[in-house]
Amino acid sequence: MSTQNPVIPTKKTGISLLPLVSKNAVPILFAILCTLAAWLAKMDPWFLASEIITRLARNSLLVLALLIPVSAGLGLNFAIVLGAMAGQTAVIAITHYKMTGLWGFVVAMLASAPLAALLGYLAGKIMNRAKGREMITSMILGFFVNGLYQLVFLFLIGPVIPMQNRSIMLPSGVGIRNTVDLFRIEKVLDKLWRPIVLGVRIPMGTLIFVGLICAAIHFLMRTRLGQQMRTVGQDMHIAGVAGIDVDRTRIIAMIISTVIAAWGQLIFLQNISTLNTYNSHEQVGTFAVAALLVGGATARRATIWQAIVGVLLFHTLFIVSPQAGHAIIGVPQIGEYFRVFVAYGVIGVALALHAWQSRKS
Amino acid sequence: MVSLWEELLVVAYALEMRSITKQYFGNTVLKSVDVAVKPGEIHALVGENGAGKSTLMNILFGMPVIHQTGGYDGVIQIDGVDVKVDSPARAMELGIGMVHQEFMLIPGFSVVENIKLNREISRPNLVSRFLGSKLETLDLNTMGKESQVALDKLGIDIDHWAPVAGLPVGYMQFVEIAREIDKHNMKVLVFDEPTAVLTESEADLFLESVKRLAGLGLAILFISHRLEEVVDISNNITVIRDGEVVGRLAKDAARVDRIAELMVGRSVKQSALPPRKKEPSDDDIILQIRDLAVDMPGEKLQNFDLDVRRGEIIGIGGLAGHGKVALANGIMGLYPGTGQVIKDGQKLPLENPAAALKSNLAFVSEDRRGMGLLLDDSIEDNIVFSSMQIQNKFLKKHLPWPSTHMRDAEAIRAYALDTIRDLDVRCQGPNQPVRRLSGGNQQKVCLGRALALSPDVLFASEPTRGIDIGAKNLVLDLLVEINREMGMTIVITSSELAELRMICDRIAIVYEGRLVGTLDPTASDVDFGLMMAGGIGTGVKAG
Repeated sequence: MSTQNPVIPTKKTGISLLPLVSKNAVPILFAILCTLAAWLAKMDPWFLASEIITRLARNSLLVLALLIPVSAGLGLNFAIVLGAMAGQTAVIAITHYKMTGLWGFVVAMLASAPLAALLGYLAGKIMNRAKGREMITSMILGFFVNGLYQLVFLFLIGPVIPMQNRSIMLPSGVGIRNTVDLFRIEKVLDKLWRPIVLGVRIPMGTLIFVGLICAAIHFLMRTRLGQQMRTVGQDMHIAGVAGIDVDRTRIIAMIISTVIAAWGQLIFLQNISTLNTYNSHEQVGTFAVAALLVGGATARRATIWQAIVGVLLFHTLFIVSPQAGHAIIGVPQIGEYFRVFVAYGVIGVALALHAWQSRKS
Repeated sequence: MVSLWEELLVVAYALEMRSITKQYFGNTVLKSVDVAVKPGEIHALVGENGAGKSTLMNILFGMPVIHQTGGYDGVIQIDGVDVKVDSPARAMELGIGMVHQEFMLIPGFSVVENIKLNREISRPNLVSRFLGSKLETLDLNTMGKESQVALDKLGIDIDHWAPVAGLPVGYMQFVEIAREIDKHNMKVLVFDEPTAVLTESEADLFLESVKRLAGLGLAILFISHRLEEVVDISNNITVIRDGEVVGRLAKDAARVDRIAELMVGRSVKQSALPPRKKEPSDDDIILQIRDLAVDMPGEKLQNFDLDVRRGEIIGIGGLAGHGKVALANGIMGLYPGTGQVIKDGQKLPLENPAAALKSNLAFVSEDRRGMGLLLDDSIEDNIVFSSMQIQNKFLKKHLPWPSTHMRDAEAIRAYALDTIRDLDVRCQGPNQPVRRLSGGNQQKVCLGRALALSPDVLFASEPTRGIDIGAKNLVLDLLVEINREMGMTIVITSSELAELRMICDRIAIVYEGRLVGTLDPTASDVDFGLMMAGGIGTGVKAG
């Protein structure tokens, strides 16, 4: 009984910065880590800046794809891997038909959207059966659909699905090559407008597109549908009593997320301009989730700014850690090891922290 | 009294429910109940737990549970027109609103967002023209204004953009009400125990608002256990007992003791219980409870003092939510608690279930599926589980280290067969998983397990809940038998007062988490009724 307990001593009232710091503990910790590693690596600041900008443009859409499921209470959607696979399927298609330039890219976007929407719909259906265990379900779903993807592109292309373009197929005539050169859409979006500011090349075309998606998400959360998603995310039972179709709302959130992820993967690929047919998508979910968590988001609350800050910090660490590892121990691999260690460690710690916080309340 | 002339003028009832009858699986829970409410009237519905009030409200609100179990008989009229309420959505369309006992609020949303939940006002925009009205932009300004109007009707002044999470409980209730009255065409508003969670000053404020709403012409159905406030604000009172209307009182005829008597009033045959060799007395106290507070959600207990005499059967009574089940749960260490419990001169550590069991206390939980039983394990394993874990019984000790001890299958089987015979557990054999037993037989297994501990004090929480009448009597007889033959002290908690009056030596009544007093089982209905409503009756003994 609370009235019987001794009064809990109130937190020390001191500097008003403290709550701000504790609230943003994770991004602050990573900012310190990044600064330290960058200083150790003795990297050229211009090179670092241009790398960060490139990676920001390349990766942020995949992280933004996670925001809507978080709002709708589905947690961190590892199943954006499904979207990535839809994007890659579209890229293989346009490469097969030898479509070039911005036109080809737009066709890929249009082609990937219905496929991603279908996958998102199915994923949403499964999530509705696995309420309360969405995150692990989405992760396993990613592995499972990866199997289907490999089946299609490794065995069915050729014997079942006829394909004329031998240049992207394995010499045996069955399956797609491990790497497909995407020279036809190389950096098409980046190159739309690429000003050089202070000696750093900025892929403005991509950044504007990402900005538009941010605006769209911002707008969506302020509509009737967005309000319904937030309600469902806060309490499914109350949402149901208020007359909201909970399952449908969750499915819509999954569809939007998967479509954004498909486009995110397209942006990633046009920048890298090589498709690792069987690997490019594998880590997409994990790394996007890690970046979002580094930005200070939780499985129940995530904002656009957390996504962007998270991409900045997470990828800065990615860039500088091999050099930092080399500088400290003389072995660059330690940095590579550190990247992976950080990615999974962040997810584990952030999820544990989240569980701890929600139990406390 | 309403004059004939007025009667003719005000014929129109906002809501009329006529001869409502409802059966659950052949068990009649409502028998031809009539309730009618006029616009502007506050009509109270009172009755004990399980009297049928909630079922009646579920029918009015078209809850799925009613229609999944075969619907109901009778007529519901709104404004004199027959209606069929087959879903909550339909009820809302018809202008029936309900303020739920548990809050249906989203803590992270602001007051306005909660009031307008899923009824948001939105403006069309460029996108929504193509993709439908779901993508219309929220018009927060108008939403705020309309919410303010609803709050003004209640006479409440709160910052309507503040998140609900930080509001005091009383204000959350107002937000719920504001949501209901913000719905247009609202005609009938049902309050299900609205003041149960409120402090006294909040309740006063709340009752003022209810009167104000009635003044606006709403018909109000008010369910409450606080009889003073019922008498205070209602125009008419309907008393329900065992699914039947047993009394209708107009405001000027209503008195708290009269209502209490109607609520409880059933003729209780105190069948003669077998005598003991030595009657329990205050000279031999087995359990001394001082200043006990238990933080059990929904059933808080505080400042609780009680002396349990060795060898008695003491009943703990009271209405739901007032903390009676928290006593046993607190002493057994299942919920956080503070205070002092002394058993046979030894101080019992709280919040420590193992210590409670080791002090020879045993507990039959009210939540037998959730806490009591390992549902997929066999009857015999369930019976010996606690005594094996706590007292190291039924183990073969070949080696000195405790973790190497093995279960003694023969001893377990022999003991289980004895228990099954003694307690008359109807089953296929000791190997049967308890999940497939009926409620009454599961309860017997729970009892069997508690008895396997051979405790000094047995706490039985709602031992007859959810089991049929025949099995109920069996369980009660069994408790008496254990008490008389083994001299075991029994603390029994029950929502059914009649059952406590049948077997107990004394009955302690809990109200709002505190002990009001103890009564003799032969005390009058009025005394019981009053005490359960927080008052002090005439036949009170010193607690």
